[in-house]
Amino acid sequence: MSRPDVTLLSALMSPVGRKVLTGVTGIGLVAFVIVHMIGNLSYLSPDPQAYNAYAHKLMSWGWLLYTMEIGLALCFLLHAIVGVSIQVRRRKARPVGYKAYKSAGSPSRSGYSARSMILTGIILLGFLILHLNSFKFGPGEAEGYTAILQSGEEVRDLRRLMTEKFREPLYAFGYPVVMVLLGMHMRHGVWSALQSLGMMSRRLSPYVYAFAAVLGALVAIGFLVVPLYIYFSA
Amino acid sequence: MAKNMTINLRIWRQKSPESPGKLVDYTVSNASEHMSFLELLDVLNEQLIASEDDPVEFDSDCREGICGSCGLMVAGIAHGPQQRTAVCQLHMRSFKDGDTITVEPFRARAFPIVRDLVVDRSAFDRIITAHGYVSVKTGSAPDANAIPISKDAAEEAMDFAACIGCGACVAACPNGSASLFTAAKIAHLALLPQGQVEASRRVVAMVDQMEAEGFGDCSNYAECEAVCPKGISVSGIASMRRAYMKGAFSK
Ligand code: HEM
Ligand code: SF4
Ligand code: FES
Repeated sequence: MSRPDVTLLSALMSPVGRKVLTGVTGIGLVAFVIVHMIGNLSYLSPDPQAYNAYAHKLMSWGWLLYTMEIGLALCFLLHAIVGVSIQVRRRKARPVGYKAYKSAGSPSRSGYSARSMILTGIILLGFLILHLNSFKFGPGEAEGYTAILQSGEEVRDLRRLMTEKFREPLYAFGYPVVMVLLGMHMRHGVWSALQSLGMMSRRLSPYVYAFAAVLGALVAIGFLVVPLYIYFSA
Repeated sequence: MAKNMTINLRIWRQKSPESPGKLVDYTVSNASEHMSFLELLDVLNEQLIASEDDPVEFDSDCREGICGSCGLMVAGIAHGPQQRTAVCQLHMRSFKDGDTITVEPFRARAFPIVRDLVVDRSAFDRIITAHGYVSVKTGSAPDANAIPISKDAAEEAMDFAACIGCGACVAACPNGSASLFTAAKIAHLALLPQGQVEASRRVVAMVDQMEAEGFGDCSNYAECEAVCPKGISVSGIASMRRAYMKGAFSK
């Protein structure tokens, strides 16, 4: 008996392949949010132009940046499609639910974060659209948001845009709430992605699961301090 | 002396695969804390037979936690609240006098209900038939220790081989996934030299069959490990994924 035929496509559509897809795209998104979070912290730098200089530096990468942006957009899209399809299949796999159901507790990892992946995920997708609209596609040099760097270069004044937005309570408090949800998504996600990619062993798993909680919390805190700082320092 | 207990039960009754089922309330007033949960159901059935009602159908065989026949959702948990035991090894001392306990069948599209608490788990047999074995020539037994296997590999393979095929992992999984059961067999054989010969065709055939049976996806909840009477580790699922990625693209 020989191995059943497998193509790259059929492998990716298999139960294992679907998890490899959520895992790889999830890790890509985690890498992105970490870099984004660290970049944002430059707002708090004593140099008032640090944030604009950082943003300008990224823009100057040109095609390299565009390639990364396309990759990132693909990650978001694939991640969301496969994530939602897993939830759709879940309903098909158990058409009649239980009248009484509860978790058996540790070593189960089916806590709040794990059970709400689809909810936090969909909120993150909605947030992403609003967020891009406010900032990436928000007012730029054409609308007078211009700053001058120490080098004398005229660049987009994103710092001013951020300052204005986060003086509004809806942004100042709405963003931190979403960032806590992002932290929860990562709390299950970071461990889950590595398990999906077959990297977890019985020995490693508890450490990685603990690390995922720390990373999720750090990313959430790193993101939410800037809006709160802007609001309360007004 | 054994304490006498009164236990209220809410049990799923369903006459046939197609008919609608419902939870029905019963009371057993002469239960003992030393009874197993299945013995409690036996006592209930004696009562039902005495009053000329249909007894509650449920599966069991060995009643010592080794055959995998039994399997019930007890108080919302597959095999009940005590970890690492099958429901036949769950004892009434895990409950309190006067408790109300809901009892439902293992639910999954791939495990159709036959009657009451009995479900058809032959989907598991088809996953094993797909390639959950090693092909060997029958005849004279091979020499002992002819194939050296390290102690660690042997121990770990034994841990995965302990799966009794009860289906609790599917029942407890919020997604109705059969990943732990399928992975237990794949991880068991992948650790042994005898299993490596057919490793790639095994993992692809078994994963394909798992999909064809209509089980759900694994979201790494690890709820399966928590209810598994043998404590099979979800590290086996990681091992299955490694084997699939390797096996799908090699001969
Ligand atoms: C576009 C919005 C998003 C949606 C709709 C979404 C949805 C989901 C869902 C449903 C899952 C669970 C998959 C499963 O059940 O197996 C998941 C897993 C995951 N998500 Fe997201 N997510 C989104 C954004 C993000 C972001 C921004 C990150 C980065 C921090 C991220 C990181 C992860 C990781 C690492 C996993 C684990 C992957 C795995 O289990 O293999 N997701 N996501
Ligand atoms: S893995 Fe555990 S829960 Fe699943 S069938 Fe095997 S023994 Fe039962
Ligand atoms: S009856 Fe055999 S394992 Fe429970």
